[in-house]
Amino acid sequence: MTTSFVLRRIGFYVLICAITLFFAVPMLWIASAPFDASPGLGVHWPDWTLENVRKTLDHPYAMHSMVNSLLICVTTAVAVTAFAALASYALSRVRIPGRDALLYGLLLLSSVVTGTAAMVPIFVMMFQLGLIDSRFGVALVMTGGLLPAAIFILKDFVDAVPKSYEESARVFGASTGQILRDVVLPVARPGLATIMVWAFVNSWGNFLVPFLLIRSIDKQPGAVLMQTLTDEGGSVNLQVLPVFSLLFSIPVVVLYLLVNSRYGFRFHGGIKS
Amino acid sequence: MRSLSRLTTAGVLGAAALALLTGCLGSSDSGSGDQDANRNADAKKVELTFGSNSVKGGKSSAGATFVEDVLIPKFVADQKGKGVDVTVKFQGDGSDDEVYKQKLSLDLSNKSGPDLFQIDGIWVGEFAQANYIKPLTDTVGDAAKVDDWDGWKQIPESVQALGSYNGQRYGVPGGTDGRVLYFNKKLFQQAGLPADWQPKSWADIISAGQALKKIAGVTPIQINAGTAMGEATTMQGVLPLLVGTGATVNSDGKWLGNNEQLRQVLDFYHQVYSTGLGDPVLQREAKGRDKSFAEFAANKIGILLESDYFWRSVVEPKEGVAKMADRDTAVGWAMIPARQPGAGVKGQDFVSMSGGGATVINPNTKFPQQAWEFLQFMNSAEMVKESLAGAAKITQRSDVNSEVLKSDPMLSFVAEKVLPITQYRPGRAEYPKISAALQQATADVVGGKSTDAAAAAYGKAVETAAGGKDKVNSN
Amino acid sequence: MTSASAPPVPAEPVPGRGSGRRSGGGRGPARDVAGLGVGRALGFVAPAMLLIGAFLIFPALWTIYIGVTNYRLTGVEAVSPSIVGLSNYTKALNDALFHNALWLTLLFVLGSAIIGQNVLGFTLAWVMRRTRPAVRRTVEAFVLLAWILPSTVVAYLWVAFYDRDGGTLNSLLGTPGTAWLIDYPMACLVVFNTWRGTAFSMMLYSSALQAVPPSQLESARMVGASGWQTLRDVVFPHIRGHVLTNTLLISLWTANDFSPFLLTKGGPNHESETVPVYIYNVALQGGELGYSSAISFLLLIANLLVSLVYLRLLRRRS
Repeated sequence: MTTSFVLRRIGFYVLICAITLFFAVPMLWIASAPFDASPGLGVHWPDWTLENVRKTLDHPYAMHSMVNSLLICVTTAVAVTAFAALASYALSRVRIPGRDALLYGLLLLSSVVTGTAAMVPIFVMMFQLGLIDSRFGVALVMTGGLLPAAIFILKDFVDAVPKSYEESARVFGASTGQILRDVVLPVARPGLATIMVWAFVNSWGNFLVPFLLIRSIDKQPGAVLMQTLTDEGGSVNLQVLPVFSLLFSIPVVVLYLLVNSRYGFRFHGGIKS
Repeated sequence: MRSLSRLTTAGVLGAAALALLTGCLGSSDSGSGDQDANRNADAKKVELTFGSNSVKGGKSSAGATFVEDVLIPKFVADQKGKGVDVTVKFQGDGSDDEVYKQKLSLDLSNKSGPDLFQIDGIWVGEFAQANYIKPLTDTVGDAAKVDDWDGWKQIPESVQALGSYNGQRYGVPGGTDGRVLYFNKKLFQQAGLPADWQPKSWADIISAGQALKKIAGVTPIQINAGTAMGEATTMQGVLPLLVGTGATVNSDGKWLGNNEQLRQVLDFYHQVYSTGLGDPVLQREAKGRDKSFAEFAANKIGILLESDYFWRSVVEPKEGVAKMADRDTAVGWAMIPARQPGAGVKGQDFVSMSGGGATVINPNTKFPQQAWEFLQFMNSAEMVKESLAGAAKITQRSDVNSEVLKSDPMLSFVAEKVLPITQYRPGRAEYPKISAALQQATADVVGGKSTDAAAAAYGKAVETAAGGKDKVNSN
Repeated sequence: MTSASAPPVPAEPVPGRGSGRRSGGGRGPARDVAGLGVGRALGFVAPAMLLIGAFLIFPALWTIYIGVTNYRLTGVEAVSPSIVGLSNYTKALNDALFHNALWLTLLFVLGSAIIGQNVLGFTLAWVMRRTRPAVRRTVEAFVLLAWILPSTVVAYLWVAFYDRDGGTLNSLLGTPGTAWLIDYPMACLVVFNTWRGTAFSMMLYSSALQAVPPSQLESARMVGASGWQTLRDVVFPHIRGHVLTNTLLISLWTANDFSPFLLTKGGPNHESETVPVYIYNVALQGGELGYSSAISFLLLIANLLVSLVYLRLLRRRS
């Protein structure tokens, strides 16, 4: 064991430690503020109490908004994954000239639509369609916004899956349906799972679309409700907000852990050698 | 191959074009004309929606709870007695005012939206100009029906202005408020200042601040500045000072420009923030206002200009956001002085600013007569009193005020002494831009720019916002 | 994982069902190996295209149209907006605040995405290639947690971190009373966004690194190449495409990111007002939808230019 080796090892672990701390330390607030009797905007050793949790659970809309969030985001995630999978497979395997330009164009447009400026067109269109105050409507709009990036990412993924499997299956006389179901799907599953989590995470935190389109407070998802956790004058309600933030974060974390343990969480690559 | 891409593109474009056409047709349908105000007047089954930027458990929770749990059931019962089956739905929200305004506007521009809704007094002008609301006499149809309501006699003229535009009533105002100078009596004692302090000029405020400066760790004066606090800077900072110089932000249709009085206000800011009497960094923080409250409650600020909201909900001993257990003994209040005695608007020695909202009727409602009945019911003495739920708060009706404010010295003070001398903001469409320019001017001064430079920049911004030099008062 | 640059399988017409399309030269991905056929391919793409057409293309086109009017949501211009042609665009191009926003966005993207997330993501992927699974999983968990938490929650976390009085950063550095978000807003945002988005780069690079042939790495090690030389000569040529793709995606996402608003609201005094925040302020505070739509379109053009640069670089590689 040479000195340089030892030094390199130490340096390596110091680096890993520093980076891990960089990521972990800002999260301290969400570990301490929910259980603090006098929570502030800074982080300090809390005055342990469960009172804030009780207050949050008693809040008339807080917990129900999480149910709304689940409804909207599961729909969005499933729709995005399903449609993007179909589209990306077709775009990957069947040649369409202008396909690349189309994809990039859509990717660019999706950035305009997710901004504030597009709120009038989206609102008027949903109004004409009669989809105001509808959670399904919100899911539709969010799906539309997320699809280009999802297709973009998934197409890259599918491109990297070797065609030899599908070709062999064809040689053995499998039908298209069988090929898709038994050959392509299992290989593409990690990518699909990742996109599903990605779509879920993006829609979970989306505030603007549900805020614009939903009118009844009992249909609002958590992302919108968090903005309303204020007092009469608009000051932040620090007794409910930290607890709600914590609770609100749990479903996405759980989903990620589930997917990660079953499929591994990767944006790229199909077969491991 | 090629046909595939062409087909897809064509399909998409075709769908888009079709939708575009229908969309355009829908949104340009502005010719609805005047509907019959007596439509559905005799309906036995009525549905109303009541919209407000409040929500149970969040913003203005008390108000939302009152509407949902008390006002609506009582109205329904009252109507049932008259043989009408009414359902009223409460459409709450809880977001930032600016955002709520845009959301409401989206609904209204598409001829939908709640049948009755609450808006800030300063939005009345721009909503009226956009035809989102109409004068009450037009919506209800019968001028006598509107003007003969006995509630108007109980609402002072100045307060009625909250729901009016161009001299016409568009809605009924909700409660109002008043601004004063709060001071910490404990710190005053330490600094050798009197417990019944009442400054008579700006110079008095400055000298009190200088006395407080001697105490370590204390910010003598907190007067809102900068753009981070938004309208709170204008209402609890610029405007109370401005009316103390004798000018209003809009007089005779002209907006305040780069004139003598504006520069006097900016000079005051300059004096406070450049001689260590104020905390400039606090004015730039995103949560600066909340922090200023917390600091006052922690006895770190000597003098604070705020509205009675501060007394009722911030330092309130039991439920306040920054509660002070010794509020009743430790917090004093004084009227805001004019720059010098007699220099205020209308020659007043003392001045203040007030705000508030109004409840208006959607001109596209299906039930205008019933909506007006709801409005009257909501603003009856009994309902207004019940809306307070025992708390002391300044309402729009003087009869209720004289009853409920007896127990609270500060609020009675505001109702009796401050409301008569107060001013309201003009409910015109350009106001938000003028307010933003005022905030920017104070930000410039606090940030180190000279008064003249800040005032000049303000003057230019106002000319653009107001639409021309002729709409601005400058000298 | 088979390398993405493996020689293509020669295109033999496969007997059997479906009008299998034969792409010229059989190069790359576009080969209908499952016998999908044009019809079904169209059918597969249709649902996505329908949704995209309705909820993306149409609103985007309409927004562009609003950009040539002086439409407002309240006031006189709400009832009768008029077409003002390109005056919104000339206004934007002369608008000092817009220039400010563009410059700040450039800094933001450069600092937090092109440099920050890329470098940190790659470092993590490279360094953890052969660490113990337990260590790797822990680090990955924290990095991903930063990315997964909802943005409103993350905003509060960082406001608390940077807080002047009780903030963690001040406690750690022993600098009480420093108002980070006021004095160094862009630096704070860059650090924040790096923290927030590194996960994506990390994952992308760690998959990409698996495609580097171990044999080449082995040879490099045997000839005594330093770490840096290995990176430069062996690794980068293989992952160049991935670097470009990653950089493009995170640049676009960062350029359009709204989270700076949640931390600083664009303040103090417009010092951290990136273009998305500026659009929001113009639209909501000022109510000027016509102008904000024009700015959105300009942002789109900027995104387009960046993507074109990327495409040129990508095409040059092949």
